[in-house]
Amino acid sequence: MSSTSTTSNSTPLIEVDHLAVRFTTPNGGVVEAVRDVSFTLHKGKTLGIVGESGSGKSQTALSMMGLLPPNGAVTGTARYAGRDLLTLKSAELNRIRGDRVAMIFQDPMTALNPFLTIERQMTEVLQLHRKMSRKQAFEKAVAMCEAVRIADARRRIKMYPHEFSGGMLQRVMIAMALLCEPDVLIADEPTTALDVTVQAQIIELLRDLQRDLGTAIILITHDMGVVASLCDDVMVMYGGRTMEYGSAHQIFTEPTHPYTIGLLDALPHLDQDGDSDDQPLRAIPGNPPSGGAAVLGCAFAPRCAMAQERCASVRPDLAGFGDEGVSQRLRACHIPLVELRPDLRVGGAV
Amino acid sequence: MNPLDTEAAMKPASDSILNPAAPARQEAPLLTVDNLKVHFPVANSRLPFAGKRMLHAVDGVSFEVRPGETLGIVGESGCGKSTLSRALIGLNPPTSGRILWRGKDVAANGSKRDPSLCKSMQMIFQNPIASLDPRMTIERVVAEPLTTHFPGMGAAQVRERVLRIIERMGLSQAHLQRYPHEFSGGQCQRIGIARALISEPELVICDEPVSALDVSIQAQIVNLLKDLQRETGLALIFVAHDLAVVKYISHRVLVMYLGRVMELADKRVLYASPHHPYTRALLAAVPRPDPLRQRQVRATLGGDLPSPLALPSGCVFRTRCSYADAACAQQRPALDLMDDGAEVACIHPQFDHAGEKIAAHRL
Repeated sequence: MSSTSTTSNSTPLIEVDHLAVRFTTPNGGVVEAVRDVSFTLHKGKTLGIVGESGSGKSQTALSMMGLLPPNGAVTGTARYAGRDLLTLKSAELNRIRGDRVAMIFQDPMTALNPFLTIERQMTEVLQLHRKMSRKQAFEKAVAMCEAVRIADARRRIKMYPHEFSGGMLQRVMIAMALLCEPDVLIADEPTTALDVTVQAQIIELLRDLQRDLGTAIILITHDMGVVASLCDDVMVMYGGRTMEYGSAHQIFTEPTHPYTIGLLDALPHLDQDGDSDDQPLRAIPGNPPSGGAAVLGCAFAPRCAMAQERCASVRPDLAGFGDEGVSQRLRACHIPLVELRPDLRVGGAV
Repeated sequence: MNPLDTEAAMKPASDSILNPAAPARQEAPLLTVDNLKVHFPVANSRLPFAGKRMLHAVDGVSFEVRPGETLGIVGESGCGKSTLSRALIGLNPPTSGRILWRGKDVAANGSKRDPSLCKSMQMIFQNPIASLDPRMTIERVVAEPLTTHFPGMGAAQVRERVLRIIERMGLSQAHLQRYPHEFSGGQCQRIGIARALISEPELVICDEPVSALDVSIQAQIVNLLKDLQRETGLALIFVAHDLAVVKYISHRVLVMYLGRVMELADKRVLYASPHHPYTRALLAAVPRPDPLRQRQVRATLGGDLPSPLALPSGCVFRTRCSYADAACAQQRPALDLMDDGAEVACIHPQFDHAGEKIAAHRL
């Protein structure tokens, strides 16, 4: 399994360090959406950010792209090729975003302009970033639509967004994001609105494009199946914080955080025989945190079956563990590894 | 049985009269759907005077639901599964075909649907927050089916039953005077389930009840529905696009494509050896939460759904099916009964050899 990206010596494309996002509410309150998140991403690799609604995964991506609403404030650093995206002037940021760092949004229906044809929206990107003529840009846009397997692209590119199905629009979004052959693609729930058969096509498409163009991908999703099929590394978020970080293989086979274990256990399994369906699903009790209240200890403590007294009062640090020579793993949990469920215990790592 | 009976709630599953793993097949069906069609007239935007075309949302669907059983309905968006569930509850009038409740037509042609049926047949909607009236307190939301269908019931009794069901859903008396916006999605879905169950229905139609919820909450709601079924012998129609959730909760599963039934089989048969090429493609497309296995699975179904305004001749799936030949365009395949009890609408049904995995197949 690939866990090389965490140990690779080459300089990473993206380095996010101590990123935090706070929103001020109209009545003077403060919502801390993202707290102290750090990660790196190397060329050609995929990082999955997993979490439930309100875990801060989308806000992490939006803050990196300078897309927070006016009441949002971001601290920390997010470097792309050595330049901090968070402090760039918007003119400089505009030269990077859409060109070197592109984003795919969750809902293709609302992310595209309904008043403009697909062609107009796609050629605009190339005219702006690549200074192409309209004609050159048109040819390039058609070629990219064909690359994402939109049949009859030359004719369909002249249509408006409402004339496409959801799966086709998501392809348009991906084609548009890839027009300038970006180094980094941030995909926020790119397949959540799609049917499984279309989702499988999009996953395959992203995999092929990454192989051909070497694009690094940050994939934000709540679907563990999508994570398993695309990601090299996985960061599990809860309540705005990183709970666990490791290679996809490690996260799925040897999860070391009660929240990750809970997430994996809560899924019904397609391939088990029918008898296992008579057992109740192991749901995580309670509800996800709303983000407003300040949390002293571990954000997951109120829902954690293994929580101890100090979990509610002392915040666990995100700390490395395991064999440093093989790969770096991080977890933020007070509970020693040996006390986690025996069948999921990390073999020999402690 | 009384769904609010807390004694029943305490009983272990094995003591239950109905064993939910194997609902009695010989029992008379609660609901029988016979060749149901729901068509919508659609104006042609390019040729406004050309007359209306018909959109075949549900096109000849037949099945039965027995007491205490869960029928899962799966399919991609646009396959007609929501229109079907809305037609069953009476929100979309059927174009033709019959819906029988305990053998009696719910709306013999021309006549209106019997309103008292609403007591026995209830619905849980997809969007838990939007399906609750934002200006009603939770107490009023949950009590409404009682005040509507049991006008003689005293206020004290209504209140007591609301409290009992809301506590069964894991909420408390303190929640009763609050409004829907004060609750999370999972809590709103619990309130929606409480509203559906308070009139003690025999059948609840669940239209994507957990799709909008987080994974951890989804498991809570699915467990709750399964427990309620075990306690009360409730029958469920569970409409969803998540094949793993449908497998977990259902006894039998119906696979729809473009308004028609492709395959209808016992859950164990359908997931272990699907016969219809479409069922196989659907199952192969689901990403498994296993990074080792997953990388080998490829997209198996190209293209998009054909327009429901211009359905392909013969089998509607043939335009995307890799087994299709000239015969598939000739006539619409009927539901055939296979040896293992599955009903399959395909002239080239597929069979697995023992031990072979679905993913390894050419699809």
